[in-house]
Amino acid sequence: MSDFVSGFWNIYVAGIALVSVIGCGVFLWLQGTATHTAGQTTGHVWDETLEEYSNPLPNWWRWMFYITIVFSLFYLAMYPGLGTFQGKWNWSSTGQYGGEMTKADEQYGPIFKKFQSQDIQAVAANKDAREMGQRLFLTYCAQCHGSDAKGGKGYPNLTDGDWLFGGTAGQIKESITKGRDAMMPAKGLKPDLTGEQIKDLAAYVRSLSGLAADSIRAQRGKELFVPSCGACHGPEGKGTLALAPNLTDNVWLYGSSEAEIINGITHGRTNRMPAWGEFLGEGKTHLLTAYVYGLGGGVKDAPAAAPATPAEAAPVAPVEAAPAEKK
Amino acid sequence: MISTASESLQENKPHFVEESLYEVHLKVHPRAVSGIFATWRWALVWFTQLVFYGLCWLPWNGRQAVLFDLVERKFFIFGLVFWPQDVIFLSVLLIISAYSLFLFTAVGGRLWCGYACPQTVYTEIFTWIEQKIEGERNARIKLDAAPMSAHKLWVRSAKHGAWALLALWTGFTFVGYFSPIKTLWASVWNFSLGPWETFWMFFYGSLTYLFAGHMREQVCKHMCPYARFQGVMFDPDTLTITYDTERGEPRGPRRKGPEPRSIGKGDCVDCYICVQVCPTGIDIRNGLQYECIGCAACIDACDQVMEKMDYPKGLIRYSTEHAIEARWGWKEILCHIVRPRVVIYSAILGAIVVAFVWGIATKASLRVDVIRDRGTLAREVEGGLIENVYRLHVINVSETPHRYAISVTGLPGMDLIGERILEVPAAADRTVTVQVRVPPESGKKGSNQIFFDVKSFADERVAVHEKASFLQP
Repeated sequence: MSDFVSGFWNIYVAGIALVSVIGCGVFLWLQGTATHTAGQTTGHVWDETLEEYSNPLPNWWRWMFYITIVFSLFYLAMYPGLGTFQGKWNWSSTGQYGGEMTKADEQYGPIFKKFQSQDIQAVAANKDAREMGQRLFLTYCAQCHGSDAKGGKGYPNLTDGDWLFGGTAGQIKESITKGRDAMMPAKGLKPDLTGEQIKDLAAYVRSLSGLAADSIRAQRGKELFVPSCGACHGPEGKGTLALAPNLTDNVWLYGSSEAEIINGITHGRTNRMPAWGEFLGEGKTHLLTAYVYGLGGGVKDAPAAAPATPAEAAPVAPVEAAPAEKK
Repeated sequence: MISTASESLQENKPHFVEESLYEVHLKVHPRAVSGIFATWRWALVWFTQLVFYGLCWLPWNGRQAVLFDLVERKFFIFGLVFWPQDVIFLSVLLIISAYSLFLFTAVGGRLWCGYACPQTVYTEIFTWIEQKIEGERNARIKLDAAPMSAHKLWVRSAKHGAWALLALWTGFTFVGYFSPIKTLWASVWNFSLGPWETFWMFFYGSLTYLFAGHMREQVCKHMCPYARFQGVMFDPDTLTITYDTERGEPRGPRRKGPEPRSIGKGDCVDCYICVQVCPTGIDIRNGLQYECIGCAACIDACDQVMEKMDYPKGLIRYSTEHAIEARWGWKEILCHIVRPRVVIYSAILGAIVVAFVWGIATKASLRVDVIRDRGTLAREVEGGLIENVYRLHVINVSETPHRYAISVTGLPGMDLIGERILEVPAAADRTVTVQVRVPPESGKKGSNQIFFDVKSFADERVAVHEKASFLQP
């Protein structure tokens, strides 16, 4: 009804509804003494021979009509239906949704609360929390990072201990809550790089992680690398946390082929992890952080941190405090 | 059938009477009847109700033999467990029911209504209770007319009390098919029934009380859609309960002894017993009417009168429109059962029943759904291998736990990473994430068909060969 500017329409709609219901009642009451001629047809004929006989209506059927009228009046009094009148029970679909959400929070809130007060290492070691975390991950994260959290082209692997923005509990939580933006400018700092020079750089970058590369090109690329790429990737290509990935390891976000690397240098890369904090809320974020932390790549905070390393983290020895990054 | 009904209506209501548009419901007090068809009806009451009230108490494998667990979304029927994926069986069962109704109705008229419909069966039981407490038809009519007295109050309370108890037990039994009945029984006594259990118990109970105690023939006449559409399955060779007008008329009372025709009368002695036994309160001598539920009570009643009069039985009998016209005997009637409509219904019904039985007998005890990760089409992993990710939803439909081996085939150099052995408890499901790796040169660019094999260690027949696709970038 909020579409109407004039209050008239509100009264008009409410009036039609009430007059119809009450009119039906009056009509029914007036029909109480109606008669019909038994045995005659109503005069309607279908399909050549199908006729309708005038048969009396069972009296109880008439009472059902009265019940319907009483019900409609009750409904219109209690629920919205008469113009802008909200009804005595003040029901609305958003109100019902809110109520259900509050009820769900009351039911599930304590479960999240229990884990929220524990630190990430402890939550990551808890079996129930991991199962909850996995369900949340499959709902919210698996679309990009994959059901096994091992990512794909453009979506980082979360299990390998190689982190673009850091793998401590705090850093993971920040990535989930606030999201991350990453941008590599086309041709780095040298917009005038030629196609040949880019090929040289690609060969050098491949050689950094021990992949087969033309050594002459790689040699030429090495000279170009520091002025074009070194500012972000570091003079040795080992990357800078939260800025540029390590190019010397075996992890390739967009693929290790020469063509992909050339593509990356020529056009640059832009990527974004959306911010989930507001949508998920603290309880779910905490469990997801612990789940991702426990996938194998979690990095302990500082030497002072409690030694509650999750079982899964053990095989992949948590890397040094300053984590390696990923391309 | 429509023409028959209209002719009879016109015949019997020659004077058009102006009357109220609303029909005041006069209670039908059917007179008790015995005979071969009454025995059949009672046999079916016993059979259907023993199944209904009894089946839910049967144990099987440490659980209720027949349980429709809506919360867990599993239907248990003896050794079978039905999952939501098996909904096809429910559809087929409904199709079978529909075709059975078509077939039986085409051959024998409203057999379902007369003998097996819950409305008929419960009305029969409730009327029996009424008769035991209030007495026979005449006593009941007298009681209805009598002013309220201590005796009437007592008898009425006893009747309604007995009805209510039976109705509540029916409601309880009904809920017992959806909520384990032994636990349910315990919860009744310590007042710990759930809100929905309570609601359905009373809802189903109240409707039983209302429909079988009070509404009775009104349900068939004014509420039931099947009652109306069964008419279209009738044809002139359909067996219906028929009054032989030619033999019966002119009706009239007479002394026992003389040959009816010699005193200018037909065989009908106009005793009205056929009307008195009718649960819908009609006179079958007016011909086929939509109110007739085909219960054959009038046949039993009339046969007894014919026997007393030393007349041949069957003045009212199962017969067909053609048979009455042409004065056929049973042999000709039976010959006319085989006609295109009946043959087609039988053929379709037979085929569906065979398919149903075959489907149940070979129902797989293991199901596997392969769900390919859609977000990551393919990815490159160490060594330049190409990897696709799948989630395998493994459902153990059987009632024994199983260990399954998972393997994959279809592309050269293919390897499965992740769990290869999976344990699934009885009637449960597990989801595992697995990765499939192939060398980059394996297969063609784009989609390649591969197969997942999931096999039980315990029984090699329990195996699923499930198709999936592998994407090569």
